[in-house]
Amino acid sequence: MKYVDEFRDGEAAKGLTRALQAAALPHREYHLMEFCGGHTHSLCRYGLLDLLPPNVKMVHGPGCPVCVLPIGRLAQAIRLAFRPGVTLCTYGDLMRVPGKDRLSLLQAKAQGAHVKMVFSSQDALAYARAHPNEEVVFFAIGFETTTPTTCAAVQQAKALGVKNLSFLINHVLTPSAIDAILGSSEARRGQIRVDGFIGPGHVSTIIGLEPYRRFARDAKTPIVIAGFEPLDLLQAMTMLLQQLNDGRAEVENQYTRAVQSEGNRKAQALVEATLELRDEFAWRGLGTLPKSALKLRPELREFDAELRFDLADEHVPDHKACACGDILKGLKRPTDCPIFGTACTPDSPMGSCMVSPEGSCAAYWQYGRHRQEQRRSA
Amino acid sequence: MCLALPAKVTTLNDDGTATVDLGGVRQRISLALVDGVGVGDFVVIHVGYALSRLDAQEAERTLALFASQQGGAP
Repeated sequence: MKYVDEFRDGEAAKGLTRALQAAALPHREYHLMEFCGGHTHSLCRYGLLDLLPPNVKMVHGPGCPVCVLPIGRLAQAIRLAFRPGVTLCTYGDLMRVPGKDRLSLLQAKAQGAHVKMVFSSQDALAYARAHPNEEVVFFAIGFETTTPTTCAAVQQAKALGVKNLSFLINHVLTPSAIDAILGSSEARRGQIRVDGFIGPGHVSTIIGLEPYRRFARDAKTPIVIAGFEPLDLLQAMTMLLQQLNDGRAEVENQYTRAVQSEGNRKAQALVEATLELRDEFAWRGLGTLPKSALKLRPELREFDAELRFDLADEHVPDHKACACGDILKGLKRPTDCPIFGTACTPDSPMGSCMVSPEGSCAAYWQYGRHRQEQRRSA
Repeated sequence: MCLALPAKVTTLNDDGTATVDLGGVRQRISLALVDGVGVGDFVVIHVGYALSRLDAQEAERTLALFASQQGGAP
């Protein structure tokens, strides 16, 4: 595929790996966080973690919307799907995530709940228009990449006068999660160390570079926005090492083919016109964070499923053996979790990180790194 | 969730959508988030929407930078 295959070229990877190894100064350690779960998967899938010099450590970040969605919000959606006359439209990524009492959307569907898997918010809109006698709810999750696609469907529903569609909004903000990591008590105590961030490429197609500048300026933490192919990541890691070697803390853009520094202004305006900040939102792992998520603006409240169905917030704790919370914070690795690969597998998951396509446990499981780490420690 | 891929626009439809070729798979996507996309352009697509136009010149520049690393010391 054009613009994909060239960025996976093995020969170029050798050159970029040499550059990365040359940039890692032997007398120091580098702790880099790849924010995005998509990056975690690329690092594992292409074996990039094996190419890293031993003094470069990757800390896996919380950039997986399925993983950070707390069980209470999933339970809310599942309850809704059991209501007579309601059809819940959801992305496939959420279907197998264990919820309250480990009940997933897929199991709820098997028990008779009306759950429909969709590829796009457009599909939910089309389904609602084709089924005027059903109350259709779109389970909207995602970081800034996905938020404008929900907003487009809200505005279309309003323009078309679609009355039987509402939105359960769970859109969250990347800068809030970075704040939570840099400001965590574990970071202050030195239990979590992040010297620089590989920034999320697709989030940045929408928000641009500006929202990250305060982390570079105030927290003196460099950020390199990166694409998702292996060569993109090798180059971005080298750029981060060079910044750290030079004592610079800047926002740099490796993913110039897709990300413009101002982002996507049209999408930003659409989000602004549709959503506003929630006072606070509970994240799995990161806790309850102020102004970290979005809800529909007052003039669009008729489309708000939380109001239409009078849904109350519910707090459901994670399974006590599950380390997803600590893994999302960067405090633990998947292989540090006592139930990784034993009680918790993709077939029988205990936590979201094992079952989400962007979860780091899923990446470790799928690409066999857990086996390598076991061999190394043996 | 943030998975997005480059795809080539093959047809502009009159309902604000485009048909794209994603490695041989044809798919209809919404252009609600981008302006000025034409046939032959590459766009980055995510959950049925074009997020941004792919800048071919920037892609070439990045590839040229990769190639310049080839001669790096072993």
